[in-house]
Amino acid sequence: MAEIKLDKLSKRFPNGFIAVKELSLDIAEAELLVLVGPSGCGKTTALRMIAGLEDISSGDLYIGGTRVNDVLERDRDIAMVFQNYALYPHMTVAQNIAFSLKLQKRPKQEIRERVADTAKLLGLEELLARKPKQLSGGQRQRVAMGRAIIRKPQVFLMDEPLSNLDAQLRVHMRGEIEALQKRLGVTTVYVTHDQVEAMTMGDRVAVLRSGELQQVDTPTHVYDRPANLFVAGFIGSPPMNLARGTIERGDDGPMVRLGSMSIPVPAGLAHERGLDGWMGREVIAGIRPEDLEGPPEDGRPREGATLAATIDRVEALGSELLGFFTIDAPPATSEAIAEATGGGLEEVALITREGTPFCATFEPRSGIRVGDGVEVTVDVRRLHFFDPETELAIGS
Amino acid sequence: MTTVALEPTIRRRRRRRRAAKVAKYGALAFAALIVLLPVYVLLVASFKSGTEADPSRAWALPQAWSLDAWREAWNGEQYGLLPFLKNSLKLVIPATLISTMLGSLNGFVLSRWKFPGSDVVFLFLLFGMFIPYQAVMIPLTQIFIDVDFPEGLPRLIFAHIVYGIPITTLIFRSYYATIPEDLIEAARMDRAGMLRTYWSVVLPVSAPAFVVTAIWQFTSIWNDFLFAVFIVTDPAKWPVTVALNNTTGSFVTPYNVQMAAALIASLPTLVVYILMGRYFMRGLMAGALKG
Repeated sequence: MAEIKLDKLSKRFPNGFIAVKELSLDIAEAELLVLVGPSGCGKTTALRMIAGLEDISSGDLYIGGTRVNDVLERDRDIAMVFQNYALYPHMTVAQNIAFSLKLQKRPKQEIRERVADTAKLLGLEELLARKPKQLSGGQRQRVAMGRAIIRKPQVFLMDEPLSNLDAQLRVHMRGEIEALQKRLGVTTVYVTHDQVEAMTMGDRVAVLRSGELQQVDTPTHVYDRPANLFVAGFIGSPPMNLARGTIERGDDGPMVRLGSMSIPVPAGLAHERGLDGWMGREVIAGIRPEDLEGPPEDGRPREGATLAATIDRVEALGSELLGFFTIDAPPATSEAIAEATGGGLEEVALITREGTPFCATFEPRSGIRVGDGVEVTVDVRRLHFFDPETELAIGS
Repeated sequence: MTTVALEPTIRRRRRRRRAAKVAKYGALAFAALIVLLPVYVLLVASFKSGTEADPSRAWALPQAWSLDAWREAWNGEQYGLLPFLKNSLKLVIPATLISTMLGSLNGFVLSRWKFPGSDVVFLFLLFGMFIPYQAVMIPLTQIFIDVDFPEGLPRLIFAHIVYGIPITTLIFRSYYATIPEDLIEAARMDRAGMLRTYWSVVLPVSAPAFVVTAIWQFTSIWNDFLFAVFIVTDPAKWPVTVALNNTTGSFVTPYNVQMAAALIASLPTLVVYILMGRYFMRGLMAGALKG
């Protein structure tokens, strides 16, 4: 068990493509750090550099305090779980799990015992004599885990280990892996493009975009305080509503104007968010769908500012309803948002009226329909503000 | 009404389809016949007696079926092939095994354990495939003499191993390219080195490529004539192809014996195909399917 330190780690491929740019991260002992980002953001390359499967172009990598740039992968004491499991097809489950110990020339008795322990831990006892092709996806996943666990390595690396499983099994294995990691206390770097996995599993989450680190923090912090527009757009589903507005000084204090609507922001909050210097200037304002709520079922008005909305589209999720509507503020078009959301918001804007599509949550039995005029309440404490130039969160 | 109207159309269509089928199989049968005609001549001639085997009566069936020609070709005093068949086996088995093994190692390193410049090395290896035997005849012989290489079959075995490396490497490299990279990396993470990865992970899944390469090498080495005729000077060490050539007497040409000898000489490659052919097909298909 050991801490990992990435110090300005970069990867430049022979064709000149820079996959990872000066990535610096400190991963504590026994921590589970999730590297997340859209495909092509360099997260897998970063993981492979830690593994030793990819050369480091520049920067330093430390494991347990030792610089390991020039240490061969097999001497780094790292176990890796691959996206497609990469089980040895001609070996049984037991042989797959035991392979690394066999290479270390451990006594047969010890190997037998450790295979048995590992199998028990993962519920694989019945399957030890089978070949990989006789296993289901979830079972193969477990064998891949077993192959990593049995070594008792200093570090686990996991490269999208759940992406080949169906949705239900993925949720289940998510919990299993997390529990296992906590129990074994092995420092783990987990790569995924699935922000739900990142949020639910990570002690901390590192968000990458085009090889550059955007933010690294606890899932809650990344969610509540996204450092820039990209993180705001990437983390959260449905994604954060974002629109261009201006900060103005109204009669009752500061407010944010979004098209024809204005939302008062309590002076204390405005100060706290560093909006003091932004009076009269354009910002990008953001609010998550769950902080933009329709009327409660008991009919009592919610606290906060209200917006009038005409529903364009409804998505019933069972536990809640998502109502989409358009506000007349200009959309916060930006490359970062397009990249983070896969260009989804702009497409919606094209098929609706001019303005910016917003999404709000409604009570599951509220029975809203397309065309309904409703009032949605903005939880002003949950507003996010970004500098339109730098795209960084204001006041962070 | 509609059914009545439709029926003749359907029938016409069926008839047309049947006609097309007959034409297709007819053409194929004709092509097969042309290919098999020489084999027919070969077979019937080998069962004829010496006087009866004559080019002017090549198409006729033997008047009296006789195994004399086969006996003579097998171990007759003048034309017996048996010692040369043994020579051929002594040549083809080690040459096939070693060149296949080398191809497998090369293919692995050049596709899955690359080193800087490995693609250039592969390119140069491939060049070897396009150098005709004739071009190396004299330099090769000279080198053998210069380094005092053991004469006879060892020289021939060595020549075939070296000449086989390009094709065996190519086959294995293509096959190994279908093995997922992750599998190799998993072995690396499990702390396996190059040879261990090859031995424990790659070799056990290489059977299809081994069969394809072995059949290929067996056939081409067994059938080779040119290398054998200029490398092996001692008639006692000739492989069967050279010996076969010498059944053509200077004065008399015993066609029946020649035909039987030709059949005997080609039997081993046939047997190899029949025994391993289905693996051959499977090996050729292996790249197309995943997993």
